[in-house]
Amino acid sequence: MKMQLEDAAAVLNVLCPMHVILSDDGTVLHSGATLQKLCHGRTLDGSQFFKVFDLRRPRDMRSIADLRRAAGQKLHLQLREAPHTGLKGVAVPWAHGAVVNLSFGISILDAVRDHALTSADFAATDMTVEMLYLVEAKSAAMEASRKLNQRLQGARIAAEEQAFTDTLTGLKNRRALAHVLRRLSSGPTGFALMHLDLDFFKAVNDTLGHPAGDHVLQEVARILVEETRDSDTVSRVGGDEFVLVLPGRTEPARLDAIAHRIITRLQQPIPFEGQVCRISGSIGTSLSDHYDPPDPDRMMADADLALYASKRQGRARHSFFKPGDRAGAT
Amino acid sequence: MHGLINRAIECFVRDTYGDACWDGVVRAAALDADRFEAMLRYDTALTWRVLDAITGTLGKSRDDVLEDIGTYLVSHPNTEALRRLLRFGGVGFVDFLHSLDELPDRARLAVDDLDLPQLELRECGDGKFVLNLRSELPGFGHVMMGVLRAMADDYGALVMLEYDGRCGGSENITISLVETAYAEGRSFHLGAQAG
Repeated sequence: MKMQLEDAAAVLNVLCPMHVILSDDGTVLHSGATLQKLCHGRTLDGSQFFKVFDLRRPRDMRSIADLRRAAGQKLHLQLREAPHTGLKGVAVPWAHGAVVNLSFGISILDAVRDHALTSADFAATDMTVEMLYLVEAKSAAMEASRKLNQRLQGARIAAEEQAFTDTLTGLKNRRALAHVLRRLSSGPTGFALMHLDLDFFKAVNDTLGHPAGDHVLQEVARILVEETRDSDTVSRVGGDEFVLVLPGRTEPARLDAIAHRIITRLQQPIPFEGQVCRISGSIGTSLSDHYDPPDPDRMMADADLALYASKRQGRARHSFFKPGDRAGAT
Repeated sequence: MHGLINRAIECFVRDTYGDACWDGVVRAAALDADRFEAMLRYDTALTWRVLDAITGTLGKSRDDVLEDIGTYLVSHPNTEALRRLLRFGGVGFVDFLHSLDELPDRARLAVDDLDLPQLELRECGDGKFVLNLRSELPGFGHVMMGVLRAMADDYGALVMLEYDGRCGGSENITISLVETAYAEGRSFHLGAQAG
């Protein structure tokens, strides 16, 4: 039985509110209410399909015969007039013309706004409204997630700024060292400040790479912790610079012994992934007894002078800063 | 408890009674942090501690506070996103009521670890409905009372609500629809306003 236009239209109005029924010359015989809504003001029925819609793909489709040949294929179309909404479609031969059903595809977000569409504009079985719901729900959830990430990032930066630990070696950092020195300087206990600078560390980094350098720093940290007491402070204050603070240790002989033990252990070859890293260390020490009251900055600077004296003497040495050295050093 | 729920309670207090009131709640409930994160999970006992602190601070019953939270979720400008998501449920208030059965699934589409009570709507004729909520947690019924009242306003419908009590894990709310188009209601467009 041949389906009459009115019968077809009645069915399609409910199932496909974005359909057009076309005659053999491309005239729109009937169109769904939602599709009509897209053509603000202009009546779709009676107009030429190819004048209202620009068929972008497949290319070179100009006639109903072309459309009928493309039956079942996915069509890409665009409204010729602003806002040039993009549409997907599929054509089916009907009588001597064709029925084309259209939908929005990914342009839906703009389309609902541009054409003020409501739930009633979509077929009852259409998933579009669910998709719009999902888009909004996901955006809201993403926004909550994004804000959480921002706050976590802020908290991480704040925590790092307040941290007392060097993340690579687990030793104290410069901040923590300053804190310890401030406390000791105002207390009654004398202390020694040892400034250790690694020798040949740059060569390890340059020839064996940064992973080897990082490994060496971690090994050095382990040695320094093992050669000191829990009450001592071991800190990494620069790339290959370490500062040890030893409260209650001010006898030069003991300190010299500790420094040499450290240097001896640093000179043991450090294996790393089949290679061997060789370093050494130079140390300069200042004693709080030489200051009244002890000034952390001066003690650091003086330990530094003693360190460079060790370096000048040919590395792998330990020197004490003695009052009077400063004048000659500059 | 999902952080979204704790965060909603927090925002309700902040937006309705001010940050100072929330600070009082934080102290009364002895919370570790002064805010909840929507995307984290918290111990359920913590949620009750916060609710107890709120009822103590405001001098209101827990049921009233929960209903106020429900109303806040739909009607406050800061929770517009949630109102919009609920409005996707239907064109009119009755459509919306029928969409409630799907609400837990809809919520899971957005946030897959958010467990809301199972909802079931029974139509009893003459504009009467009974909404059944099943949940291990008591209290959702009162929140739902607030949500329904505010959504009825949103759709411009005139309704009467009655809380029928809790039995086991089940709560019933009777909804009597007096008029579907009592007032104009607030507008809703499928496309979100600002991009």
